[in-house]
Amino acid sequence: MSTYVFIAEALFFAFVILTFMGAILAVRARLLMHAVLGLAVCLLGVAGLYFYLGSIFLTMMQILIYVGAICILMVFGVMVGYTPQEIAESNFKGKNRFLAVAASFTGFFLLLIPLLRATFTPALEKTGDFSLPWLGETLLYRYCMAFELISVVLLAAIIGAIILATGGRES
Amino acid sequence: MDTAFLPPELLRMLIAALFVVTVVFVNALFMVYAERKIAGHIQRRPGPYEVGWHGILQTLVDGIKLMTKELVIPRDANRMLFRVAPLLAFTPVVMPFLVLPFSENLTIIDMNIGLIFILAMASLNVMAILVAGWSSNNKYGLFGAMRSVAQNIAYEIPILLSLLSVVLITNSFSMRTIVEAQISGLWFCLLQPLAFIIYLIAALAETNRAPFDMPEAESELTAGFHTEYSGMGFGLFFLGEYTNMFIVSSVAVAVFLGGWSGLPLPMDAWTGAFWFLLKVYILMFIMIWVRWTYPRVRFDQLMNLSWKYLIPFALLNLIVTAVIVKL
Repeated sequence: MSTYVFIAEALFFAFVILTFMGAILAVRARLLMHAVLGLAVCLLGVAGLYFYLGSIFLTMMQILIYVGAICILMVFGVMVGYTPQEIAESNFKGKNRFLAVAASFTGFFLLLIPLLRATFTPALEKTGDFSLPWLGETLLYRYCMAFELISVVLLAAIIGAIILATGGRES
Repeated sequence: MDTAFLPPELLRMLIAALFVVTVVFVNALFMVYAERKIAGHIQRRPGPYEVGWHGILQTLVDGIKLMTKELVIPRDANRMLFRVAPLLAFTPVVMPFLVLPFSENLTIIDMNIGLIFILAMASLNVMAILVAGWSSNNKYGLFGAMRSVAQNIAYEIPILLSLLSVVLITNSFSMRTIVEAQISGLWFCLLQPLAFIIYLIAALAETNRAPFDMPEAESELTAGFHTEYSGMGFGLFFLGEYTNMFIVSSVAVAVFLGGWSGLPLPMDAWTGAFWFLLKVYILMFIMIWVRWTYPRVRFDQLMNLSWKYLIPFALLNLIVTAVIVKL
């Protein structure tokens, strides 16, 4: 095994472990802040997996959008919302615990059904042009409708956020 | 050495890593000295003068002092995050060196999305400041972090928009292609003056420097998000800040000021690197100059400047550029 293959394989497992550790931290953490940061670690691991698959563009977008923007907004929300002492008190106890376990198992089994019924065919090795210009062109020509609809959803979300924010200020 | 175990490409990356660390430390040493000297002369005093000739060894001694100091962790702080934050702040600041085009043959990796890489790394910096401010469990730290995130989100947008208008012209995110487009044509600071000015203003804010140093405003927040840090914990934030200045200026030079292009000099392969670094340090001098000339802006003025002026103008500039390019 050449050094490159070894490094690539080692990185793959490192990213997988990073993703799982982040995910476990996000679920298990007692502090809300730790949970959000666990999510950030998990998303970084996913970015690493994109890197392993050879798509640097997706890696960068994952970091820029999910870690750099969304996680930061969540952390900001946590910081503004609670003091550290409040966050330390977990609500994962008593009746809540059973409800949480029941909800997550239901979700798990619901996801398991299509997963078991699906037949997986191994992906073909690079069946066409997947370069950045190709990606851009298909997004803006062939899938233009979907692209625009997503933008409308985001616009609606922004307008909603503004209405919520200004409503709170006046009252 | 066995080349099968250590391929030349890997060796090259190791050398590159060493080079980057050296540049980071030397740059910080030089810039801290330069900043204190320039500040001193602007305020009609000599600045550091005691250690070495004209105080030239002052930063080195300060650095050693920082390294030998104890890293105090406040009792009520969140210990793990408090320790992780300085590392988080320092790592993304070093990463952009990988794609900076120092000269035509001195680029570590010529990534085809180099500019996006730098922007992605810049966005991680905010996370570190937030973690540092929150984990200190100190109200000054928390306020500094909250101001910082509001400011960074606001100023990342004009930076992105102003760089995009250049990308529209070159049709590439690769730093090398952008520089080469300027060598064969006009520098983009002449072609895109509005984008250049917007980038410079937003870059000052992105590096948290005066007049936009709200996150660490000494007179109101003691030291902002790094109030509780001592020793090398503080040292890493400090190093990060000066490296960030270097990165921001380098991007400005590569994207707007013609990168490594300049008059031919009898220095063979080093001519490009010389011109690049000269331009970077001139820009950094201007940043220091601005810091010691203008007072700090108020927070609402800061937000208004970005959302009401910089972003609309950057958008307008982008649209006009797109139309012209398409015609």
